[in-house]
Amino acid sequence: MTNRSTRPNVSRRGSLATVLLAAFIAAAIATALVAWLLISIYGHKQEARQPFVRVAELNEVSVDPQPWGLNWPHHYDGWKSTAGDKFYGGSSAMPQSKLDKQPWLKRLYAGYAFSIDYREARGHAYMLYDQGVTERVTKKPQAGACLHCHGSMNVLYRKVGLEAMGEEATDEVLAAHFNMPAVQRGFEELSTKPYSEVLAMLKQTPDGTPDDSETVFPTPPEGGFTGEFAGKPVPEDHPTGGKAHPVTCIDCHDPETMALRVTRPGFVQGISDLAAGDAPAPHLPSIAKWRRAGRQGKYDPNVHATRQEMRSFVCGQCHVEYYCANKMTLTFPWKNGLKMEDLEKTWEETIFAEGTDDEEPFHDYKHGETGALIYKAQHPEFELWSQGVHARSGVSCSDCHMPYERVGAAKLSNHHVRSPLENLNAACQNCHKHDEQQLRDRVETIQSNNLALLERAGAAMTDMLDAVMEAKASGLAEEDLAEVYRLQRKAMWRLDYISSENSRGFHASQEAARILGESIDYSRQAEAKALRLRAPDAPSLEGIPIEPIQGVTPTEPIAEGTPKPAVTDSASR
Amino acid sequence: MTDSDPSPTTPDRTKALAVAVAVMLGVLGGLGVFTFGYGGGHAYLGNNPQSCANCHVMQDSYDSWVKSSHHAVATCNDCHLSHDPIMKWVNKADNGFFHSLAFTTGDYKDPIQIKPRNSRVTQDACLYCHKDLVNHMLPAEPGGDMLACVHCHMSVGHAQTVAPRRVAPHSEYP
Repeated sequence: MTNRSTRPNVSRRGSLATVLLAAFIAAAIATALVAWLLISIYGHKQEARQPFVRVAELNEVSVDPQPWGLNWPHHYDGWKSTAGDKFYGGSSAMPQSKLDKQPWLKRLYAGYAFSIDYREARGHAYMLYDQGVTERVTKKPQAGACLHCHGSMNVLYRKVGLEAMGEEATDEVLAAHFNMPAVQRGFEELSTKPYSEVLAMLKQTPDGTPDDSETVFPTPPEGGFTGEFAGKPVPEDHPTGGKAHPVTCIDCHDPETMALRVTRPGFVQGISDLAAGDAPAPHLPSIAKWRRAGRQGKYDPNVHATRQEMRSFVCGQCHVEYYCANKMTLTFPWKNGLKMEDLEKTWEETIFAEGTDDEEPFHDYKHGETGALIYKAQHPEFELWSQGVHARSGVSCSDCHMPYERVGAAKLSNHHVRSPLENLNAACQNCHKHDEQQLRDRVETIQSNNLALLERAGAAMTDMLDAVMEAKASGLAEEDLAEVYRLQRKAMWRLDYISSENSRGFHASQEAARILGESIDYSRQAEAKALRLRAPDAPSLEGIPIEPIQGVTPTEPIAEGTPKPAVTDSASR
Repeated sequence: MTDSDPSPTTPDRTKALAVAVAVMLGVLGGLGVFTFGYGGGHAYLGNNPQSCANCHVMQDSYDSWVKSSHHAVATCNDCHLSHDPIMKWVNKADNGFFHSLAFTTGDYKDPIQIKPRNSRVTQDACLYCHKDLVNHMLPAEPGGDMLACVHCHMSVGHAQTVAPRRVAPHSEYP
């Protein structure tokens, strides 16, 4: 009290100073925030000015994505994101084995390289690396056709094609323009050559950055993890040294215009076969248009397809069912249509080496346990999507797996190709205005139902294989088992079709359930048939009494004093 | 401090602090006015839909509004601001602040999602114009439960769909 009464001015000045200090700090903070806002507005205005700056010139040998990344850094970053950060850890280059998780797969693929090594898929970044180290490739010789999808192949195809056609294939010619007939020819030349030979050629092919010896993603060690150079860099003077890239910009884009384009001859031929046939393809309007216009020439996706269709076609270059071994060229079986039965029909009609002495019916492998000829379903994502509601509604692969997003003022497709579940807001909520959890639950319900049915189909197949092997062991002749083998092939094709398809049934849930239902039915049919074949003759059914029809109401009145039926008792308990 | 200590807040110091505050307020004022002008702040006080599309996030909504059924009769503000003269400015301030915050920090969903309170504003706006037509469908008690108009009429203002519809109706396919 005394203090305040004796020094009133000082005290008032003290509180004034506090207020001033607070005002100063508040004004300073507010100024900083306004400055931040100003800079943010400036930044956004700059972003709106130029969508991209073309600093690097690209041409038809620009396989190396690095110069593309200078022009389109956001797309390039997205593409690079398909590599997880664990890539360099070594052992994580071998993700979980599917064969351990679903042991029936080992029996499904008995006699085929997939029973040696079959793992969870990783992002696009790993497609070449993982193929190079899988024991399917390191332990069993594979065809060069495998690189159609795993490597950036079109320059090599063109080079080999031009040489085969007797034309010049210098770097200048290759850089000048994209020549589809030459690609087609080179593809035919390389498709049946051994994998290792084609990979070595790919590494020697110009990639647009001759002086730069580093690829964006590492190339696999020669011979996988057990080969000569496993875990070590390959010496530069090694004959197979050089660069090979997984799928890169040039595989889907025109380097001049950035327009989407199809570069893979397998797809070009397959979709042309589909158009030339009469199978309905309601989700591909350009095919209907081409047919209505009188089917002139050959249907060419790069000429006839709509932009929206191209956003699925570039994916359909690889995410499909195909034959990929050395008995014939890589083939997409679409001439009868895109449904599972249509593809099966195509394979049933196909004969290897037709018209020669080595003629034999089409098959991917001979089953190791039973000897039946089997069709291996690859990964029919494009075909299953074609049967689903999203395709029919005009939604392309890219709409969900590469949804549009905004970076500053630019709208671009997210090139981090992945499951839409990782990105529900951009991937689903553009169309489905429900909350994220609701959408996630819906997808997970579909996928868990699919998994439950898949496991049942796997169990049915296992029982069938046991029954077929027992029938064989009982000394039945191959002719007697022909029908069992046919049923086995149908059951296994259907099971493999959904098991290998990478959407867990989501791309067309009802269709997936139908296919698995049929697989279970064929497995049980084959099993019953095999059991019957070696079972003793069944007794005659003649004279077996059949109960007469009983109504719900007893025909005779219930006598008084009869205890009430047991049902009532148990119900009241 | 004790009684015997000389006070640190001498008149000179207070004066200096006052000057500093004045300068700082001046800087804030100047920077604020400049930012307002540079950012085209005055545009947000008006009714032009182009101002909403200043922020790139709204571009798709703007583009589809141009082609929507309501294009000729309603602008952004007609549906997204209250028709009450005071609440209109409350909505404007509310959305203006949160939109700037979201866009400056970059922390927002894209496709953007409407907030419940803005949803109510839009519903009131539907009724403001169409009340005569839908009067018999309104709940008996004011504020009773009802579906939002846009639940079914989602595309009247602006439909953001990523994929175009099929070009030909199904019957045209062979």
